[in-house]
Amino acid sequence: MNATTTQPVYSYFPGCSLESSNRAYDISARNVARVLGLEMVELEDWNCCGATPYMAIDSRRSALLSARNLAIAEKQGRDIVTVCSSCYLVLQKTNHQLDENPSLRADVRDALQAGGMDYRGSVRIRHLLEIIVNGLGEESIGRHVVHPLNGLRVACYYGCQLTRPLGEVDDPEFPRLLDRLMQWIGATPVDFGMGTKCCGGILMTTQPEIGRELSGKLLKQARKAGADCICTICPLCQMNLEAYQGKISAWMGETCRLPVLYFTQILGAALGLNPAEIASKDSFIPLEPILACGGKHE
Amino acid sequence: MQYPPRAVLAALRAGMLDRVFESNTVWLCASCYSCTVRCPAGIPFTEVMYELKRLGIRKGLLNKRYSGIALAESFVDVVEKHGRSVDAELIRRFILRTHPFKIFSFMPLGWKMFRKGRVALRPRKIAGIANLRKMMAKMQKKEVTL
Repeated sequence: MNATTTQPVYSYFPGCSLESSNRAYDISARNVARVLGLEMVELEDWNCCGATPYMAIDSRRSALLSARNLAIAEKQGRDIVTVCSSCYLVLQKTNHQLDENPSLRADVRDALQAGGMDYRGSVRIRHLLEIIVNGLGEESIGRHVVHPLNGLRVACYYGCQLTRPLGEVDDPEFPRLLDRLMQWIGATPVDFGMGTKCCGGILMTTQPEIGRELSGKLLKQARKAGADCICTICPLCQMNLEAYQGKISAWMGETCRLPVLYFTQILGAALGLNPAEIASKDSFIPLEPILACGGKHE
Repeated sequence: MQYPPRAVLAALRAGMLDRVFESNTVWLCASCYSCTVRCPAGIPFTEVMYELKRLGIRKGLLNKRYSGIALAESFVDVVEKHGRSVDAELIRRFILRTHPFKIFSFMPLGWKMFRKGRVALRPRKIAGIANLRKMMAKMQKKEVTL
């Protein structure tokens, strides 16, 4: 990219859900990175990280799945950046397990070598949100904002796995990364008290009555706090809160039409990206009304 | 959750884990890790839940009525086939494993997703799938005993 940049090149790990169901996250993340001058090259022939279901069956093979991705990134000499909270945690967890458990490490390396690969443990896992907030910072973001979203009231929803259990990038239960970023782009974070409560994750599919209750509480509180939208950093949270919102509303007995955006879509709008560049058409609940608000208040 | 974390540990000590396995407890854990960061004794309880899931599946002790196991098994199948997860195929396999008639309750959302172009119609396998399978075969399971 640009010769004066001091930023490293990252191996970008989109994760499986970003290939189809949540491609808006992929599209907006790539475009935001481009505008901010972050160089992300898609990890070559990456495979599924294993997510939460694989380790419920076989933790050793789950570690191997992640390790194959780590091995590819290590060969390129790059750290991995992802936008999926689950991929972030699973890859990071594998790094820790390989570090702490020599017998697992030996077995994983044996298996990798059977396929002509190896992993020595040098790759760091980053979440794009954390690179943008901690790495680039307010001044750098501010320089790129062309359409401040003044007056937009945002419920910042972190979900679980970015900060728990590791707590390496922010406080496990009271993180601030996303709230800060929203302030930098002119929006107003609203305190809805549920920023790190679980949306139910996969329970929306396996135990719908529980999933609806957990996501329903989040939507209810966000609305009560006067939010115009919810900002998420995880594809599954976005899916549960938006695609199931109709079902949840019917179950709660009240109508709720709250847009749920990826942080890269809100940030992208502030950076002047057009609707196609943040894939706003992929949303079921239209984003235009809230994203136009910046202009209104200027 | 029929048996919250302290009850699970009490059942483990009392040799009454069968009751926990019979209930839906382990599948209600969605890996939010709240217990892990809050436990005053520093017990990574989410990992205990994972270990119970694996142990219960291996020993056939889990109640098949709860569909968490079907979801996890479907997921493993899809990843072994493609090297990646494919949402539509995961849901299809999950429904077939549990209640085939439930396909109707998933259809409105499936149609909504399809119309937005958010369903992968022709998922591709990763290029290194054969290599990945070779590595996976080499990675033998190891017994964990409680």
